[in-house]
Amino acid sequence: MIFVNAGKKDWAFAYAMVAPTVLGVLILNIYPLFKSCYLSFTESKGFGIYKWTGLDNYVRLMEDPEVWQAVVNTLAYTVLSVVIGVFLSLVVAVLLNEKIRGRGLYRTIYFLPVVSAPAAVAMVWRWLYNADAGLINYLLSMFGIGAIHWLTDPRMAMISIVIVGVWTMVGYNMVLLLAGLQEIPKTFYEAAEMDGAGPVQKFLHVTLPMISPTLFFVVVTSVIGGLQVFDFIFMMIEPSNTAMASTQSLVYLFYKQSFLMGDRSYGAAIVMLLLVITLIITAIQMKLQKRWVYYE
Amino acid sequence: MGKFGRIILALSLAALMILFAAGCGSETGDGRTRITYAIWDKNQQPAMEEIARRFEETHPDIEVEVQLIPWNQYWTKLEASAMSDTMPDVFWMHSQSFLRYASNGMLFDLTDLPGFDTSAYPEDLVQFYTYEGRRYAIPKDYDTIGLWYNKRLFDEKGISYPDETWDWQKLVMVAQELTDPARGIYGFLAPLDQQSLYYDFVYQNGGEILNSNKSACGYRDPTTQEAIKFAVDLSQKYQVSPTIQQFADMSREQYFQSGKAAMAFFGSWMLGDFSKNEYVAQNCDVAMLPKGKRRATIYGGLGNAVSAKTKHKEAALAFAAFLASREANEIQADMNACIPAYRGTEQGWIDANRNFNVKIYPEALDYAVIFPNSETREKWMLTETDVLKKAWAGDVSVEDACQTLADKIDAMLAKEQKEQKEQEEKK
Repeated sequence: MIFVNAGKKDWAFAYAMVAPTVLGVLILNIYPLFKSCYLSFTESKGFGIYKWTGLDNYVRLMEDPEVWQAVVNTLAYTVLSVVIGVFLSLVVAVLLNEKIRGRGLYRTIYFLPVVSAPAAVAMVWRWLYNADAGLINYLLSMFGIGAIHWLTDPRMAMISIVIVGVWTMVGYNMVLLLAGLQEIPKTFYEAAEMDGAGPVQKFLHVTLPMISPTLFFVVVTSVIGGLQVFDFIFMMIEPSNTAMASTQSLVYLFYKQSFLMGDRSYGAAIVMLLLVITLIITAIQMKLQKRWVYYE
Repeated sequence: MGKFGRIILALSLAALMILFAAGCGSETGDGRTRITYAIWDKNQQPAMEEIARRFEETHPDIEVEVQLIPWNQYWTKLEASAMSDTMPDVFWMHSQSFLRYASNGMLFDLTDLPGFDTSAYPEDLVQFYTYEGRRYAIPKDYDTIGLWYNKRLFDEKGISYPDETWDWQKLVMVAQELTDPARGIYGFLAPLDQQSLYYDFVYQNGGEILNSNKSACGYRDPTTQEAIKFAVDLSQKYQVSPTIQQFADMSREQYFQSGKAAMAFFGSWMLGDFSKNEYVAQNCDVAMLPKGKRRATIYGGLGNAVSAKTKHKEAALAFAAFLASREANEIQADMNACIPAYRGTEQGWIDANRNFNVKIYPEALDYAVIFPNSETREKWMLTETDVLKKAWAGDVSVEDACQTLADKIDAMLAKEQKEQKEQEEKK
């Protein structure tokens, strides 16, 4: 090891090497975090002028039904997209870990949504979802199913957004899970076979415990991603859409208050609420992991 | 970092780049002074560049760089540059942001600008860009609303085209005759839209959106409510228009440009798109809006403003003076950029759009009502959409929606007035 007898010079070198990342995090993550926290206690007067108003924004937040609806929407989106998305990712990863023909092609297809621009993805889905001329309703009509208002029916719009969200996240999670699957030594499966385990038992008693650390990571990041849902709502639901109230997430509401209405301070209070929710949920997951995550 | 984080990062990087670009706009290599002119409309870029070129001919020591910043980034960037004192030297101003910029001292006082002859412009437009008696922007152009119709659909049913005798009743009657559910054709298009739909109806009915001293909104006024009811009825009761849900899947422009609608209101800014659209060019034309109790259309227009902290005051003011001239306005007209604000220069624009009867747009100035405006307009216009969409969907009555809306907007206006008073007292 080079750094066993490391002098000051070597440490300086080490710090220099990590500096870009540390600086990036400080400037782009840590500073804005504290700045947002400060802004949430002020009133924005525009052009960088802020007046301290104490808890006013939080009082307003508590009384704002739009905010609580957004909390419900955000949680609904997160639960639906994580449960469905992670389950599908695991299924796809396990299937594509087998030596089937065209495996590379399938992997590419599943990963494609990850490398596509979210805006372009949303535009294509918007066209697919079109109630009058969309491909999905056209296909459904061949089975005698009447037109579904995917993006304008308040009960349907959230599901439509979840579908797009799941579609884009499966590929990314699949890659992580595939890597985890390939770490599992073959000898474990051979031993299980000797004991007479079938495919289902092998999955439940070998694959699942062995992949649980990866799965935990996937769940935590997917939950955080779900809580931050914004782009699909922004691209697919316009302000005059009647389904907006039942789909707008906390981040969308933050965007609306901060950038459309110009109220940066109230927007900051909304993201602070999101931060608290994220911290609570992540803390719960950390606690629960002891029950199901298996570390060697 | 989440996707949203990445978007924010991209935006801030873009903003940084603009700051850089603006910061660099000083001396060029050959000793000329370089000033920047920020605009947001790509369709108007050639005309703006032509104006810059003509200005440079008479001012060889100045170089004008036209900077195109798309609308959805324009205001974020302009505000960021305002905070760091690196605004473009000259830039387009929109009425919905004007009061905020003027009241915060971001704009150069152009009241005494030589060559800015206020009598050459419609008075309302000059007033539009006036704050506390001082003028902070030069009217650049204006827009009014017209009734577009599909001649082919009218001909099929042997109905005569809209003309100046039309009123609301006639509009509904003809729209009903032209609506053909079997073919998916609608007589009229009535989406939830302010400038090109219900604001016009409100003023035609003798109502108002904002009272004259901006202390209260007009949504408690029964005549205002009646006009909004009429707009809602077009899709809900008469069913001559697609519903608000349908408009989420297909926009008003798409309906009209694909021949799925016989009539719709469109502002003069649509001419650029319409003259390029083969279907519209061949089958459609425009007439003046039908009248209600009286004749009215909403009109508004952009302004040209100069940064209060420009480092090249003389050059920027010289260019602003040129923008205020008849010559610059004629260039805008001849190059089909917009209807210029300078009186008597619109003929070039009319000639450039000979395909359509566009002269109704400048003629509408005779009865046009200026766009209702106050410092918090962005907020209350978004609130209007939030609240009224429930009425458009038929979930709440127009009366209830208007009451809810009136309470919200009046609270915003009261706060706005209180802050203005506080500011005045400080001075």
